[in-house]
Formats: sequence, C-alpha cells, structure tokens
Amino acid sequence: MTNGEWTPRIVAFFCNWCTYTAADLAGVSRLKYAANVRIIRVMCSGRVDPQFILEAFAKGADGVLIGGCHPNDCHYSEGNYKMLRRFQLLRRMLPEMGIENDRLRLEWISAAEGEKVKWAINDMVEKVQALGSLGMPGRFQDWDQEMKSLEQKMTTPEEKEVAYAH
Amino acid sequence: MDNNNEIRIGFYICHCGSNIAGMVDVADVAQYVEKLPGVALSRHYKYMCSDPGQELIQQDIKDHKLNRVVVASCSPLLHEHTFRQATEKGGLNPFFFHMVNIREHDSWVHTDRQAATEKAKALASAAIQRVAYHKPLEMKKVPIHPDVLVVGGGIAGIHAALTLANAGKKVYLVERDPTIGGHMARFDKTFPTLDCAACILTPKMSAVGSNPNITLWSYSEVAEVKGYVGNYKVTVRRKPRYVHEDLCVGCQECIKACVYKEPKFPDEFNEGLGKRKPIYIPFPQATPQVVLIDPETCLQLKLGKCKQTCVAACADRQAIDFHQKEELKQIDVGTIILATGFKTFDAKRLAAYGYGVHQNVYTALEVERLVNASGPTGGEVVLRDGQKPKAIGIIHCVGSRDEKTNRWCSRVCCMYSLKLAHLLKEHSDPATEIYNFYIDMRTPGKGYDEFYDKLLDEGVHFIRGRVGEVTDWAFTPEEEGKLVMRVEDTLAGYVRRIPVDMVVLATGLEPHTDAQAVRRMFNMSCGSEGFFLERHPKLAPVSTFTDGVFIAGCCQGPKDIPDTVAQAGAAAAEAMALIDKKYIEQEPNTAFVDETDCSGCKSCVPLCPYSAISFVEDKKKAVINEALCKGCGTCVAACPSGSIHQNLFEDEEIFKEIEGVLAYD
Repeated sequence: MTNGEWTPRIVAFFCNWCTYTAADLAGVSRLKYAANVRIIRVMCSGRVDPQFILEAFAKGADGVLIGGCHPNDCHYSEGNYKMLRRFQLLRRMLPEMGIENDRLRLEWISAAEGEKVKWAINDMVEKVQALGSLGMPGRFQDWDQEMKSLEQKMTTPEEKEVAYAH
Repeated sequence: MDNNNEIRIGFYICHCGSNIAGMVDVADVAQYVEKLPGVALSRHYKYMCSDPGQELIQQDIKDHKLNRVVVASCSPLLHEHTFRQATEKGGLNPFFFHMVNIREHDSWVHTDRQAATEKAKALASAAIQRVAYHKPLEMKKVPIHPDVLVVGGGIAGIHAALTLANAGKKVYLVERDPTIGGHMARFDKTFPTLDCAACILTPKMSAVGSNPNITLWSYSEVAEVKGYVGNYKVTVRRKPRYVHEDLCVGCQECIKACVYKEPKFPDEFNEGLGKRKPIYIPFPQATPQVVLIDPETCLQLKLGKCKQTCVAACADRQAIDFHQKEELKQIDVGTIILATGFKTFDAKRLAAYGYGVHQNVYTALEVERLVNASGPTGGEVVLRDGQKPKAIGIIHCVGSRDEKTNRWCSRVCCMYSLKLAHLLKEHSDPATEIYNFYIDMRTPGKGYDEFYDKLLDEGVHFIRGRVGEVTDWAFTPEEEGKLVMRVEDTLAGYVRRIPVDMVVLATGLEPHTDAQAVRRMFNMSCGSEGFFLERHPKLAPVSTFTDGVFIAGCCQGPKDIPDTVAQAGAAAAEAMALIDKKYIEQEPNTAFVDETDCSGCKSCVPLCPYSAISFVEDKKKAVINEALCKGCGTCVAACPSGSIHQNLFEDEEIFKEIEGVLAYD
C-alpha cells in the first residue's frame, strides 16, 4: 500500500526453468514493471496445487499469476498441461465464489521472454487495479460475524439443532 | 542437528554495492525482519557473496546458535549454491537455507524506492516463515555414463569429438550430411590469415575418421532422446546410402562406371554450381571416404531399370546394395554436445537484390566455391554466362542488422566480404573493380582490423551505405547489359548508380529451420532469435538449462571459426568434467509417498511423465522410484489425500510462503 493508496497484491507462481528465468532476464535487462507482484518459485507449473491459489486469495491476494513454459516446451514434458487443466477448472469455479476471472491468470513465458514478464505483470496489475480489492480475509470476518450473531439469536439447543441441520 | 530446538533464523540482506541498496532501504528491511518470530539475528552487509560475507554467516551460526539461514540478495540461480556451502561450513545442513531474490526480481525492475522496499519485506517475510519448515536433505548423486554424443560434424563437432577422443573418451559423432566438414569444408580461404580452409580442416576430418574412440555416423540424424544427465538413451536414424560403409573402400570406380557418362545433376556441395552423378562422393576429401547413391536420380532406385554398371565395377567387394534400408541405432551416453551449426540467410527473401532473378547475383557461399581451386570452375572467376566480371559489388548485411529480416549482426560477414574481395581481386584481371557496400565495418578480432587496412591498400572500393536495389534497367549506354547498384553513399552524401557485372550478397547467419524441433528433442530453450539458449550468457556460455547437454558453435549464435573452436573445446571440457567426476550432484527435490496417508487411488500414476510412480498391489499403495523422479511436483499437486510430498517444495513450505508474502502490507 504505497502512499496510503490501495494497489493490488498479486501472488505469482513461476516455474524454475522458463518464467522464473525470464523474470531474472527482465531484471538483468533492467526492464521496469509494477512492484505489486510477489514471486514464489516452484520447479514446474505442474506443482501449483489449486489449493495454493485458493489459499492465496483467502490470505488476501487480489490476483494470482501463474507462469509456465510454452506448450511443448515444459522442462518436465507436460507439467504445464496439467496446470492448464487445473486452471480451466478453477476458471469455472472461482466466479461462483465471487472471484472474477481476471484475478487468475496463466501465462506461458519462455526463458528468453523477459519482455513478456514485464507485459504480463503490468497488464495484470492494471486489470486487477480496475477490479478493486478482493478482500477475502475481510469477507471471512464478516461471514464469521454474521454466523455468530445468528447463533446468539438462537437461545435453545433445539433451535440451534434445527438451524445447523439445514 | 537437533530439530526439537527452537527455530533461530539468521537473516542477511545484501547491498550488492548499490545494485540492491540503491533501490531498497536495506537497513529498514533488516529492522523489519528482526522483529519477525524465530529471527535471532538480522544484518545488512555490502557484499554477502564475498568471502567476508560468507564467513559472517559461518561465524554467526556458531556465535548465535543459528539453525536456519536466509539471505536476501540476487537470484538463487546465481548464488544459492554459494550460500548453501557457507551454511554447511557453519555446521548446518545446507538445506536449512533459503534465498530471497531482491535484485533481479525487485531492485532492478522497480523505480519506486518505497514500493521496492515493501516488496523486499514481503519476500523476506515469506522466506522467514518458510525456512522454519526446512528439513535436512542430501544432494542426490547421479552416475555419469562415460560415452558422449556429439551432434553435428562441422568444425565445432569435429573439434569437440577429437578433444574428447584424445582424452580417451568414447564419442558418437552424428552428422546429417554424407560427409563431415560442415560449412568450413566449403570455404576457400579463412580470414584473416588466408589459410586454406581445406588444408587446416581435412587433417582433422581424417583424424576423426581414423580415431578408434570415435564412432562416426554420417548421413544420420538423432531421432529420439530419452533419459537425463548421465543416462541418455538416444536413437539415431541412419539413412540408407545404398552403399555399405564397411565394404566401400572409396576407390570411386563405380562413379566412373555409372551409366550417366557425364555428371548431370546439381551438386549440393558446390551450391548447385557444379554437377554430379547419381552415385557420388561429395568432395575429394569427404570423410568417411564412402560413396552414396541419390535415390531421386539413380535410375535403378527411381525406375528399377538400369544396367547397374556401378555394381559390376564394384565387383567382388559388393558394397553397393539397392535394398539398403533405414536403420535405427540405440546408444547410451552420459553427456551430449550439440554443434548443429547454422543456415545462411535465404537471399531470395530480399527481392530488391534480385537473387534468383538476375543470374549474375551470387551468394557469398557460391563465390567461396567459385574461387576454390577444387570448385566447379577450378578457381576461375567466371559468371554463369561464361564471361569474366570486370566490376564486382559486394553487399554487406544481407539478412543481418535489418528490421525487415534479422536484427542481429552475423559477426562474420564483414570479414568474409573483405576476404572474398581479396580473393576475387587475386583470381581476376588486375583491372577488375571491386566495391564493398557496408553499413559499418565490424572487424573486432585478432588481426582483423589489420586485414581491413590491408584491403584498403589493395585498391578495393568501400562505399558506406545500404544498397537499395540491384537492377538491370539501364539509364545510360555504359549501364547497358550490366547490373546497376543503386545506393546512397552516406559519406559523400548523394545517391549513386554503380554498374557491375557480378553482385555478391554477404548473407547472414540464421538458426537452422528445424532448430525448434531439435531444441525440443533435447529439452532446451531457444533465444528470441531462434539460436540455442546458453545457461548464462557470460558465465555458462556452453551449458544449457538441461544438465549434461552442451552447445558449441553457431547453433548458439553467429561466430567465426576461432570462437567456434574455442567453444567446442570448452564444451568438451565441460563434458569431461562430468565424466571424470563420475557422478553429478542434483537437487534433492524429489517426491515421496507417505504410505500411512496413501489411499491407493492411483491418481498420481498416469501423471508422471517419467513413469517413476508405480502401484504396489499387495500394499495398495503408490511408490515413487527416487532415481527416476525428476522433481517436477505434478503428482504432489494432484494427490487428493496429500500423501505425496516434494522435498524443498513441501506443501507447508509453500503455504507459509504464500502467507508470508501477504503478511506485509
């Protein structure tokens, strides 16, 4: 949160062989991009468990970016395809949870494409900035609060039992 | 190492001179980290990778009873190894270390000091949370098969193969063409010394042919590569030559005896300027000295009808076999050197220069053959119409330094254009005028600029400007029947029309058309221009991102012969370093199954690209073969019961990292 103004927080999972190296190349080439992305290194985009993505949103990320090798170029043959499958599933599931599609992004970036890292990050930051804060931790708090207040309204154990049965 | 002790983390943030400290407030980050749970000590230091920096870590481990170390500095791809070693020297398991990349991923790419500092804090906090979960591990040792595969038999492949063979290593040299020698074998002289290319190359070629440690497979291609460093299983496709290599003695009686009395078909080796028969040997010093039959032109192979005079000439040697089939050979090697070379730019792509339209426009490689004493004209410079040129124009940078074609400088064209100017002068009438049209003269190299000076004294004309057009549209009687080169002379400051008889296009160097397919086969990367990507442009110029695969020569980027040979030697030395060590140490990032949690659902089994996971029927559990696991983690992410774990990338470690990067705001 620079200068008090809200800016998105994006968690990125980059594969060691292509996208992480491309981000290193962007650095060595002194390309400049938005400072909102926090990169977590994994060996392969296939290692990205959907739970990591959900956990990132739950812990306060406004967007999640996944970077892998181009199709056919995976260092481990096909890990990127496995990620693609999970990505497609998540894209169907996330809107149901109130998480817009632009908040999850998958990019194929080869080790030589420092420029693409810059473009993907800037573009994503811009889109998520437009969507505004996701604020899942706050929403969880609200929901907990709601549950608590409902619970308080019920006084007898029978009432509670009926409420939880539904 | 006692794991039950409280976690005591030492945190170090590096200034990297001003590389990091210039954009990130390192003291502020150190102060922030100091207050995080588990942190026993937090420092900032000018150069963590220096000896005093590493000793600082070692001393602190002892003095402050640290049991975890985090360093925030450059990319782990550069210095993770350095700091793991320092951690180990301090008495800890090297994997109780984690590295934070705040240079390539932070200070170098951001312009707002406050935002960059906050990002550094977030990344540091992630590492601090993660490292507490690190477990002691050991590097994985993989044995190295001592044999080497060299792909490509140009000067790079030849030099690499000979270097290895002379050190007693067994080498398989696979070449796509019927002979080794590559582009260099077609050159007449080499710059700047004007050594005859054949005189310096052919001894090396025959040394390859006779070296007992080298298995030379020409006219062959790599069909499939499986396995990993130390244990590659390679399938080589040996194309049929219709002549048994072990029976042919290279007497060439069959060529004389061919039913075609005169050579009739375009000769590939001479760039189509000369002719050959259906049964031929590419050039006199070809290695191996074995003829081959071209199935496209041989009457017997094409039509099934021929007197087979070649078979009669071969007599009881019986080397000719019209029924020879393609053969697949399986070999085991530990390391691979790729020296697949380059392709020259297709001059037809620049229509303004009229290659393929005007018959007296030549490529540089064609002119190499024309000035060569063993070339199609016996070294005489005669045009396709039999005339001797009186004026010759050489156009530099054809398919180089051009936004419309290739942006890169091909590095050798200036020098070979100078060489060709010299040779053309030498091989033609002294009155012949030779013009060089250049953008910039690039002559960096030992003796190169001196060679340029020499040419200036030889009366060759140099005109600075990119030629706009080569045309046969004459404006004046003097231009009649000539090729007119239209060019802006940027030093004189006006547009000129220069009539010549012969135009030479100094075509640039490009990646092979199948470079992408080759790179996929060997699991490598290409740079944006399509040449193979080295592991590090300065510090690992012949290594690739695939362990055990090295690159040499022009497949990595345009370069001259001395640089190519130097790289080939370097690649051979890198391969030898692996072979002689007998094993390679690899990251212990393999996956393993916790049997107590495994439900036996088999979800993981088909996911593994290396078939490392098997299902044990009697236990109803999945098991991972550690030797086959490459550590991608795909199965770990897919396991529904969470019973597969990946060393160095455990679920908890990554969850903590996620929490950490989001903890700071």
